[in-house]
Amino acid sequence: MISRAQTVLLILLVVASLTMAAVLFRMRERAHERLLAGQDSAPTQAPSVTAPEQATLMVANDDDNSLRGEVYSLPLPSDPGARARAVLGKLLDLYAAQDSNHPIAGGAASVAQVFLLAAQGGKAVSAGQNEPQLAVVNLKSSFVASHPSGLETESLTVLSICGTLHANLPRVTQVRFLVDGEVRPSLAGHADLTRTYLTSDAVPADLAHP
Amino acid sequence: MRWIECGGRLVTGAAAAVVLSTGINAQQPTAPAQPTVTAPQSRFVVVVDAAHGGDDTGGHLNDGQLEKSATLAMSVRLRSLLSARGIQVVTTRESDQSLTPDQRADIANRARAQACISLHAAETGSGTHLFASSLGSSSVAKFMPWKTAQSSFVTRSLALAGVLNSALTHGGTPVTLGRTALPGIDSMACPAVVVELAPARDADKKTTSEPDDLNYQAQIAATLAAAILEWRVEGHQP
Ligand SMILES: [Zn+2]
Repeated sequence: MISRAQTVLLILLVVASLTMAAVLFRMRERAHERLLAGQDSAPTQAPSVTAPEQATLMVANDDDNSLRGEVYSLPLPSDPGARARAVLGKLLDLYAAQDSNHPIAGGAASVAQVFLLAAQGGKAVSAGQNEPQLAVVNLKSSFVASHPSGLETESLTVLSICGTLHANLPRVTQVRFLVDGEVRPSLAGHADLTRTYLTSDAVPADLAHP
Repeated sequence: MRWIECGGRLVTGAAAAVVLSTGINAQQPTAPAQPTVTAPQSRFVVVVDAAHGGDDTGGHLNDGQLEKSATLAMSVRLRSLLSARGIQVVTTRESDQSLTPDQRADIANRARAQACISLHAAETGSGTHLFASSLGSSSVAKFMPWKTAQSSFVTRSLALAGVLNSALTHGGTPVTLGRTALPGIDSMACPAVVVELAPARDADKKTTSEPDDLNYQAQIAATLAAAILEWRVEGHQP
């Protein structure tokens, strides 16, 4: 026989756990909203007051399955995340151009954000540290949807993003990809987007640190 | 022409742990699709893997055909050519059927093949794109981790890619070489090469044959079959 006190306690516990579940669910939703709200706050292009700097882009070529280092002068923000987004934006603008040897539609706006984290663990790094970094590249789904399907073309896109990040932010040694903030199985059916890529081997040594 | 190294190596971390845990499951034998075996007369076995299939359509080719159909047609053609030359062929699929990378590797590993050819088709680039696994090389062990079984065969996979490359180049087909991480290939315990058939193009880059063009497929399949015969003659066997 269950006493009245036990029944009341049970009801209280059930109510408490349901309340906690509701609070946690709401907090998760808010965190997601905050993430999405921050998506467009990073500048696609650097402010014009920033002096142009040299950036090395590892440009893919479908004709010979190669990456070539090409140096461009462009305004780069000082914030590393925004800087990473700016160089990748320039790279994807090249791919969206008419005469591209690695044609993909979308251009600079295809990179929603680039987050830089400590390569091991997950806490954000502050300036001045020298630990290797993990870059998390958040691509827009419109870019992925328009990406041509194929082992060569998809591998080249991944490698050129990895190589370009490492060439301009040498501390970036690992890269992961998100699409609209979520993990996707592949870019367009071939290149695995669930794994962590190592950047160092995608860049010839002489181009790694311009 | 050069090899693009790595960029696709697994590293430790939460994501790797997820992948590795699926790898452990993969060692529990799932029910693989029935492999088709023809001409069992010698111990030189070739696995021909038509990529994609079923729900996984692969890419869309320009003339409307799906990649999964083009790879199956190419697989049937290559299987016929090799069988006609007395080579035992195991195919991973003979119909529009969905297979996981682990099921493909399981079929290949049971066959104990001397060459594994995985066929893809794409609209970008030109000629054929050859890929070997981006795993680092390691020595053959009695027990190999499922997810990286290919690492013991990488050297021979590169040699096989070299034989295919020279045959295709000699036949006038442009070839690009690369290395990549592909779950099915990385689990295969055989010399394994991915052949991605791209359109044939003229000097102005205009497409002269789509990857599902029957004559084009016949030409490439004949070259691949001749190269595999050469691979057998050269004694590249375990
Ligand atoms: Zn494919």
